This record gives sequence, C-alpha cells and structure tokens, in this order.
Amino acid sequence: MNKYKKITLDGLIFQNPTFMLVLGTCPTLGLISSAFSAMGMGLTVLVVLTLSNIIISALRKVIPSSVRIPCYIVIIATLVTFMRMFLEKFLPDLYDSLGGFLALIVVNCIILGRAEAFASKNGVAESAVDGISNGLGFTAALTVMGIICEFLGKGSLFGAQIMNFQIGMLATPAGAFLVYGICIAVFVYIIDNFERARRVKANKLARENLLKEEA
Amino acid sequence: MGTFIAIVLSAVLTNNFITVKTYGVCPFLGVSKKTSSAAGMGIAVTLVMLLATLVTYPIYTYVMVPLGIEFLEIIFFIFIIASLVQMLEKIIQKVSPSLYGAMGIYLPLITTNCAVLGVTELLIGDMSAILGEGVAMNIGWALLYALFAGLGFTLVMIIMSGMREKLNYYKTHKALAGFPIAMVTACFICMAFTVFSYISI
Repeated sequence: MNKYKKITLDGLIFQNPTFMLVLGTCPTLGLISSAFSAMGMGLTVLVVLTLSNIIISALRKVIPSSVRIPCYIVIIATLVTFMRMFLEKFLPDLYDSLGGFLALIVVNCIILGRAEAFASKNGVAESAVDGISNGLGFTAALTVMGIICEFLGKGSLFGAQIMNFQIGMLATPAGAFLVYGICIAVFVYIIDNFERARRVKANKLARENLLKEEA
Repeated sequence: MGTFIAIVLSAVLTNNFITVKTYGVCPFLGVSKKTSSAAGMGIAVTLVMLLATLVTYPIYTYVMVPLGIEFLEIIFFIFIIASLVQMLEKIIQKVSPSLYGAMGIYLPLITTNCAVLGVTELLIGDMSAILGEGVAMNIGWALLYALFAGLGFTLVMIIMSGMREKLNYYKTHKALAGFPIAMVTACFICMAFTVFSYISI
C-alpha cells in the first residue's frame, strides 16, 4: 500500500509535472487564460495519460527496446485521435476552446516522459495509479493558474463575470508566462521549506534516540 | 505581393510561434542558456519545419483528402515527422560530421517539439485570414509560412538566450533561479512583441 501512496504523492506534489519538472509547457501557457479550457486540457491529458500508461505497461514485454519510441508515439497518437473524435462529438464547447492544442497532446512531454520513465518498467496497476496521479497533478496546476489568470485578467471565473476590474495583460501569453513563473517559484519555495522541516525533525529524532541509547 | 508580405509579417512578428501562439516553448526554455546553442536549435527547427511541410502538405491534399482519411492526420503527421528527423540525422552524420557535431544533439529533441507538428496542423487548417480574399492555399505559400515561422522562432530564441546570458551575472533568490526567472524574462519578450499586433495588413 505504501508503494501506491508514494507514487500518488510523487505525481501530485513532489514530482509534479507542471511545477517541479516543468513539462508540457506549451498547452499550459496557451490555455491558462481561461479556467475552463485549462481544466478541460488537464482532464483530457489525464485520460490520455492513464490509458497510454496502461497500454504501454501491458505491452512492455512485447515491444522491442530499439523501436520503443515510435511504438509509444503510435499508441499515443491513436489515443489522441480517439479523444479528438469523442470531444468533437460530445463536448463541442471544449473542442473549440482547446483549438490546435488538442492535436498537440501527442507531443506533450509528460505523456512520453511517463511512458519512458515509468510505464515501460512497472506493472499495469502501478502505471495506472501513476498516470492518474500525474494527470491530476497536471490538472490541478493548470486549474489553479487558469483561475488566477482568468480572475485577474478578465474578471470572470469559468466564464461567469464577477467584477469589472481587469488587468488585460494577464489574459495574454505574456501574463501566462508571468503567472507560471511566479507559481513555480512559490511552489518550489513551499516544498523546499517543507522538506527542510521534515529533515530537521528526522535529525532531531535520531539525535534523541542516540542520547537515550547512550544513557 | 500583398500575400507574400502578409505571410512574412504574420509568421515572424504578429503571430510569432513562441510569443503569441506559445508553440515550442519546451526548447525555448530548455536550450536557451547559450546563444550558440539557441541559434543551432532554431536553425534545426526551421529546417525540420520546412521539410515536414514539404512532405505532409502534399500527402494531406493529394492522398488523404481524396481517400477520405483526414481523421488519421495526427498519426500520419507524427510518424512522418519522426521518420524525417531520424533520416535527417543519419544523412547529416554521413555527409557533414562537423555540422552533425554542431546540430546533431538537437535533432532527436525536435520530434517532440510542438512547433513542428503545430505548423503542419496549422497549414492544413483555415488560413484565409492571413492569405487574404481570393487567394487559394497552395504548397508554395505553405512552405513560405513554414520557413518564416521557423525564422521567427529562431529570432525569439536568440533574443531570449542573450537575455539569459546577461542574467547569469546577477544573483537571484534560490526559489526564483532557473525556470521561474526565465519565464519572467520571457514575459517581457512577449510584452515587447505585443507591439507588433498593431500592424494591420
């Protein structure tokens, strides 16, 4: 059980694909001007990532390692094609708001990165958990930044107008870069402090045990 | 002539791939620490974009549309780009080892570059806003757009690498060092490029 907990925490926080590893930046910067499209992008990536992790880990003994990258790309491209048809048919609003970035999920580094680093070495259940936790980490990061950018840049939340005050620059790519950079800095600062506190606590505990043993 | 100017201005300045469309940001942040490597990456991307357009656009127009298999475009395009990059790498390695030494390390990275797939997807879509009325899309305009989009990408890469080389002289807070400060720098470049959106063609 502890293994799954570690995979989940790594995907969500300690190895968060958006803030800690800075992967998949193109859709992030292109879509966080609106919270709805940012969250839609996150959920689409979550589905594609989980399915591709499951398929690749199930096929990991069949795929020869010399041609693994083309194989992964074909699997991911097929999944993205299915996802695009599904969204076009059932969620046309989301399909329109994602625009060109929907096809670009194929070259999203998070999906290929997880396939290469995790799914090709681990079992189906672990890979599924890894896909879901990484996808959720990506979705959460995008939604938070989408809310910040849309609230300050357009004065609305998920399309509902809230206030008249707006800083138009934050709803453009320039603002997306600024908000993304500041969010990474804040996230890294918090995680650093948290880990330092954990380390200090562990050291203190070890020292007390040592003193007890000596006495 | 009007279409030519419109495509050049739009691809390089008003619809720049990095600052307006945010395609190809991963190499923009990853390989922009030194001007020489940024220029090498930019030229490699331009070359691959041009070659990819040269192959994918005719295949889409003359093979996939008549056969009615447009929905397979993503699989076809990514496969064409991946094999092109592999082929280009082998050819350069054989023909010019010195060029391979300068550019070879960037080529494998380009397969997963959004800018290349982005430009091929963009060119098969609706381009009438840039071409103007009564001008039909053809392979010549497509190649021109791909070439200048690549040059616009290279331009922003070089500007960014120059600014990042200067940034090395200053001390930044530990949490801001690395990607965050690069993104704040990129924010200023984007703001500068906003000026070009006032160009109306």
